Amino acid sequence: MKTNRIWSWLALAFGIIYFVVPLLGTLEFSLRMRRGAYSLDAYWVILSDPRFQQTFTYSIVMAIVTIIIGIVLVVPTAYWVRLRLPSWRPVLEFITLLPLVIPAIVVVFGYIRLYNTASILPLTGSAMGTNILLAFGYTMLALPYMYRAVDTGLGSIDIRTLTEAAESLGASRVTIMAKIILPNVLVAVLSGAFLTFAIVIGEFTMAALLNRPAFGPFLQLIGANRAYEPAALAVIAFAITWICMGLIQVVTRFNKSLAATKR
Amino acid sequence: MSFLTISHLKKSFGATTVVHDFNLNIEKGEFISFLGPSGCGKTTVLRMVAGFETPTSGVISIGGKNVVNLKPNQRNIGMVFQAYALFPNMTVAQNVAFGLKVAKKPQAEIDATVHEMLSLIKLDHLAARYPYQLSGGQQQRVALARALATKPQVLLLDEPLSALDAKIRVSLREEIRAIQRKLGITTIFVTHDQEEALSISDRIVVMYEGNAEQVGAPFEIYNQPSSRFVASFVGTLNTLDAVVRDAASGIITVDGKDIAIDRTRLNGHKTGDKISLAVRPEAVSLGEATDKRETTLDGKINSVHFLGSVIRIRASLGENTVSFDTFNNPSAPPPAPGENVKVSLAAKDLLVLGH
Amino acid sequence: MPANERRRMSLDWLGVMPFIIFAVLFLIWPTIYLVAGAFQDNEGNLTLANIANLFQPSIMDAYWISIKISLASALLGAFIGFCIAAAITLGGLPAWIRSPLMTFSGVASNFAGVPLAFAFLATLGRTGLVTSFLFNVFGFNLYAHGFNLLSFWGLTITYLYFQIPLMILIITPALDGLKREWKEAALILGATGPQYWRMVAFPILWPALLGTILLLFANSFGAIATAYALTGSSLSIVPIVLFAQIRGDVLQDPHLGYALAFGMIVITGVSNAVYIWMRARSEKWLK
Repeated sequence: MKTNRIWSWLALAFGIIYFVVPLLGTLEFSLRMRRGAYSLDAYWVILSDPRFQQTFTYSIVMAIVTIIIGIVLVVPTAYWVRLRLPSWRPVLEFITLLPLVIPAIVVVFGYIRLYNTASILPLTGSAMGTNILLAFGYTMLALPYMYRAVDTGLGSIDIRTLTEAAESLGASRVTIMAKIILPNVLVAVLSGAFLTFAIVIGEFTMAALLNRPAFGPFLQLIGANRAYEPAALAVIAFAITWICMGLIQVVTRFNKSLAATKR
Repeated sequence: MSFLTISHLKKSFGATTVVHDFNLNIEKGEFISFLGPSGCGKTTVLRMVAGFETPTSGVISIGGKNVVNLKPNQRNIGMVFQAYALFPNMTVAQNVAFGLKVAKKPQAEIDATVHEMLSLIKLDHLAARYPYQLSGGQQQRVALARALATKPQVLLLDEPLSALDAKIRVSLREEIRAIQRKLGITTIFVTHDQEEALSISDRIVVMYEGNAEQVGAPFEIYNQPSSRFVASFVGTLNTLDAVVRDAASGIITVDGKDIAIDRTRLNGHKTGDKISLAVRPEAVSLGEATDKRETTLDGKINSVHFLGSVIRIRASLGENTVSFDTFNNPSAPPPAPGENVKVSLAAKDLLVLGH
Repeated sequence: MPANERRRMSLDWLGVMPFIIFAVLFLIWPTIYLVAGAFQDNEGNLTLANIANLFQPSIMDAYWISIKISLASALLGAFIGFCIAAAITLGGLPAWIRSPLMTFSGVASNFAGVPLAFAFLATLGRTGLVTSFLFNVFGFNLYAHGFNLLSFWGLTITYLYFQIPLMILIITPALDGLKREWKEAALILGATGPQYWRMVAFPILWPALLGTILLLFANSFGAIATAYALTGSSLSIVPIVLFAQIRGDVLQDPHLGYALAFGMIVITGVSNAVYIWMRARSEKWLK
């Protein structure tokens, strides 16, 4: 059993090295802008670049919009299916698996051919239309994660009993959703939201092909033309994703301790 | 010379000792049960015999040979687990054949033994099925066949019936005992169910908090419990508070009535001491004493539960509450709650509880 | 059944309609449109010519490179991921390591894209941290020995960054499902550790393993952002060819674009289907 443990530590060490070194490398590279000394020059350059501010803002707004669409779409549907249409669950799960199967590039290709100026839904004809299309595309990308998070959250509370209790007290459907279901799955929804945020911020393919000024294409542009700024951007992007994931952990743990104290 | 000897077995995890100085001699072919509540150490001792836990100190010898330093796959022991643990990727026949295959026995011998084992558990017709297609009881029987196929010198069963339905539990435990008798294999059976242990064991080891409280035949354990724990864990027990009125002549007072018991049983208690008595429900009868060796106590019925052939009555005798059974009598309806009754018991059936 | 309940039942499905409509409009129909387009020519007639056109050398090369990279990153990712997952579940490592590792894997498995490419450029690029380290400390010139980040192996190594965590995430529950009692039962019946793995554990795990390898394969096949940021258009994997085609019709034939997309869907679709089938199989056994 002892030799077993040595191999385990070796495997883990290898994993840690492989995963940490690139992060270190990026960090180190991003500090190299000023010749001969480590500095935050690359960061200042990037942060003061108006294009950074524009595209970053754009992506943040898109992320928030996507999250809202996602919540409005997924939470009532997941709730409804669990409550009234359990036989539809496999259908829903299949649909939410599709974005993982069909590559994003294929989906956006479909959008371009389908929703161009010649179609009945000429979304790509205008900037706002394309923005909407992009938001819907992002929603699709994040769908598997949002649905899984919300569905798991719903599974951990007895929605049938809660709904019946609320109905017997005279609550309407909307009230039930807003005042009873949503607060109880808030943690799950937040998890899905943070994950969506992380996905949208870094997304490249859809934004590039739909020609929208998002953060992803901006990253790629900088990478093609500059040396040190890309590394700084990568560090910023990693930091954002990690913060999102960290928030998910915090929220989940908070919920667990809250549930424990309630008991 | 006993076949399986456990001497001074001790197991500690860090600062916590889970098994204290366990000693036991088991004869060949004996069926021993380890009985006790969760956490008493019975499974730990079993796992040390199997080789899955290493004793902190002590010796385990099988057939005269100390096995403590042998790995589990070197001890030639069969084991049946609570969760059946059948290999899901193999059929019933392949599961039973596993030990023989690993021992590189010739295929003809393997086939013959598998067939023999499956006949023993009467599941020959399910040889080609997979575990997920079997019921819990069937899986456990296959697990038994698998353990016995390699003709081990000792058979260990770790709460094998706990995961099964009540009815299957009863029939399967009898089947296990019958097979064990037929093969004459030395067996250790771990359980927390005292009815199981009482009904099929040659001897029982009652364990509590890492210690073997009492070792003995079922009759002995039940009727002569050596400690309060054993008395209360095995079978149901009524406890009565009493006061020693005269230690020299063995007179104690229960609920105002004097009862004379054998003074040697007072075990050093002095006049005026408060003691606890225990009495089995079957030793208490409804009605006045018919024999001068019996004492009549006054009581009031708290509740009556009609269970069919048996009527279970709970009555208050002064400060004490006693539960006892009486048989259904078609011509005499059971007493009603609130009624005053007379209850009789014999002094010899009173157990003075130790600590 | 009472009338109002019947009415209720038939209207219930309205509740999921918004979702279904959305999914159809923005996921299913675009895909079907492309698939249909792959089988049509400019006049709208049904034809297999587009599919046949896929078999031209440059496109076949693209598919072949895609398949090779996806296979390489899937197999390597599966192997390394399995070792790490086995280390934390069965390998006797302290329990507190597991949770941070799973969290990290959750994050890292989404780490594809442009930032990942930058990270590896900064590490294994010509002036990267590791490249410089190897040269300054060991005198070992990585690039002189033929390594190039902007190549097949460079991309594969980069892809591993999200393949390995994905493997860890998916295979860890499967490894958890290996009941401790199976190993104990095998041991007490006389088997050695390796025998247990050969006769019991791997047969139980192989559907999950195979399925996950296919999942990793599909995952890598559809990835474009990392490759684009890393190699530009120099490494012609299928998504990049498709990207160029969408951007500027470099293939001079829109329907060929459809066929390309169709080819991608078939490959990722089949892989995922087999993955789901394998998972269902192993779940049936482990019931």
